[in-house]
Amino acid sequence: MKRFGGPVLFLDRDDINTDEIIPARYLTEITKGDLKPYILEDLKLTGFDPKGPKTKEARVIVSRANFGCGSSREHAPWVLEVNGITAVIAESFARIFRQNMFNCGMAAIELPKDKIDKIFHYAECSDASIEIDIEGQQIIVKGSGSEEKFQLDMSPFDKALVMAGGWVDYADRNY
Amino acid sequence: MGKTTAEKIFDEHLVDEPFPGSKVLRLDVVMCHEITTPIAIADLMSRGKDRVFDNSKIKAVIDHVTPSKDSKTATQAKILRDWARRQGIKDFFDVGANGVCHALFPEKGFIRPGYTVIMGDSHTCTHGAFGAFAAGVGTTDLEVGILKGVCAFREPKTIRINLSGKIPKGVFAKDIILYVIGQLGVNGATDCVLEFRGPVVDGMTMDSRMTLSNMAIEAGGTSGICMPDMVTVDYLWPFIEKDYISKAAALEDFRKWWSDDDAVYEKVLDFDVSDLVPLVTYGYKPDLVKPVTELEGTIVDQVYVGSCTNGRLEDLRVAASILKGKKIAPNVRGILSPATPKVFQEAISEGIIDIFMEAGFCVTNPTCGACLGMSTGVLAEGEVCAATTNRNFAGRMGKGGVVHLMSPACSAATAIEGKIADPRKYLP
Repeated sequence: MKRFGGPVLFLDRDDINTDEIIPARYLTEITKGDLKPYILEDLKLTGFDPKGPKTKEARVIVSRANFGCGSSREHAPWVLEVNGITAVIAESFARIFRQNMFNCGMAAIELPKDKIDKIFHYAECSDASIEIDIEGQQIIVKGSGSEEKFQLDMSPFDKALVMAGGWVDYADRNY
Repeated sequence: MGKTTAEKIFDEHLVDEPFPGSKVLRLDVVMCHEITTPIAIADLMSRGKDRVFDNSKIKAVIDHVTPSKDSKTATQAKILRDWARRQGIKDFFDVGANGVCHALFPEKGFIRPGYTVIMGDSHTCTHGAFGAFAAGVGTTDLEVGILKGVCAFREPKTIRINLSGKIPKGVFAKDIILYVIGQLGVNGATDCVLEFRGPVVDGMTMDSRMTLSNMAIEAGGTSGICMPDMVTVDYLWPFIEKDYISKAAALEDFRKWWSDDDAVYEKVLDFDVSDLVPLVTYGYKPDLVKPVTELEGTIVDQVYVGSCTNGRLEDLRVAASILKGKKIAPNVRGILSPATPKVFQEAISEGIIDIFMEAGFCVTNPTCGACLGMSTGVLAEGEVCAATTNRNFAGRMGKGGVVHLMSPACSAATAIEGKIADPRKYLP
């Protein structure tokens, strides 16, 4: 099964919306790969550069509440995927974005606010990384020589979708 | 224990519950447009599964960028068009017959109370105005919907919004839903259905109810549901006439979808609309709303009337009642996009289009276009638009542009003054 983890991109704001993740002007692309250069292009956050090395290296995004709100465009998880980011950890997600992530076999992981706050302490570490063990239901956050573990609670259906590699394969087998 | 409308629809359509709380539903309508469907079609083809579960239950429209503006959008349109032909999808709407999906499909009578509806478009919640469970989904859900006629949902809880009181002058369905979103917050209804109830909703036309339901997603809601009553029956009558002996019989049948009196709600919120004032959004989230009086005087570059929120005949009528005999301010570009060809034609025969054009508005063909910054009214960096649309995200109507959401009445007053203006002084 797919491995989740690696360097982290911290996006410290609530309500990061799908237009910020991938603006509508790029929805005319008809392959996922063509979306690659436009990741988070319209997101304005202090210290964040959509074209910077942190965005390029990232395999996991950590953010706050209501991540992925707005449009139903699956281009949002796709643009993350084609840039190597296959997991987002946040306090909460908008429903459609969250479902789109699992439908693509990617992970949208919700953690309570106090845990997200703890993970954000690692934002200052230049080597911050996260390992996500879906089966072991555990998240390991590392940075500047320290390490912390967090319990991962994923609904059994979401887990089944991740294991199946997405909803199309799951549905094709079952319905 | 009683059930909500959403729970009744879930029970009736349940195909599987692979895990507790995760429900796979049979779909009554799968709707498709040219932005989110082509990748689903391509994926089905690559899997050797280029087929549809039932071509009579699939509705397709080219609406987001139409007529196509460049070769990329022409390719998207062509993929959808070729697929619709290949699959024998008879309810396919192309240039000349196309309009904004969430205005066009209700108008064609495709939605019924109790239906399950999905589309690869977040504003699919609009169709809940007919007492249906209608939800926006991504391309993968759409793809499975097209192939298998099913979709999985976490069973939603329902938040009941009771709207009572007398709607004051200058206040419309748009102001009411902006107020509700302001109260709930942009994620106040995540994984929930919003149920709009009470005498205010009972007194609303289907056009107004669709405006309410349309913006449920802006509070994070899965669907926005109104109870199907005689207003619903009247709207649908040309399409259901053959199925019922009388309107009373249709109403009786629709009643079965009403939430039971002892249904259990996540939350019940009571709002008296009597003291509401026209509202306008500021900032970049639709829950940031202020009375128009606090934003009055904000200079705008463009006024946009249209979209699945407020591009219907009723919206055009009220805007025209304010614009009649007046000119829009010289600093403003006015754009009217009637939501469907039928709305456009009726607006022509009622003289509404004349009023808009004499006021100085440009009238475009029906399209989603400018609402999401794709065509026919994209903003330049730093420009400000007063819009009857549904989303004010940063750059939504064009990179660096600012959007203030408001009612059609407020947008008409704003167009006349060239700055955000209170519609009440223009209304009788």
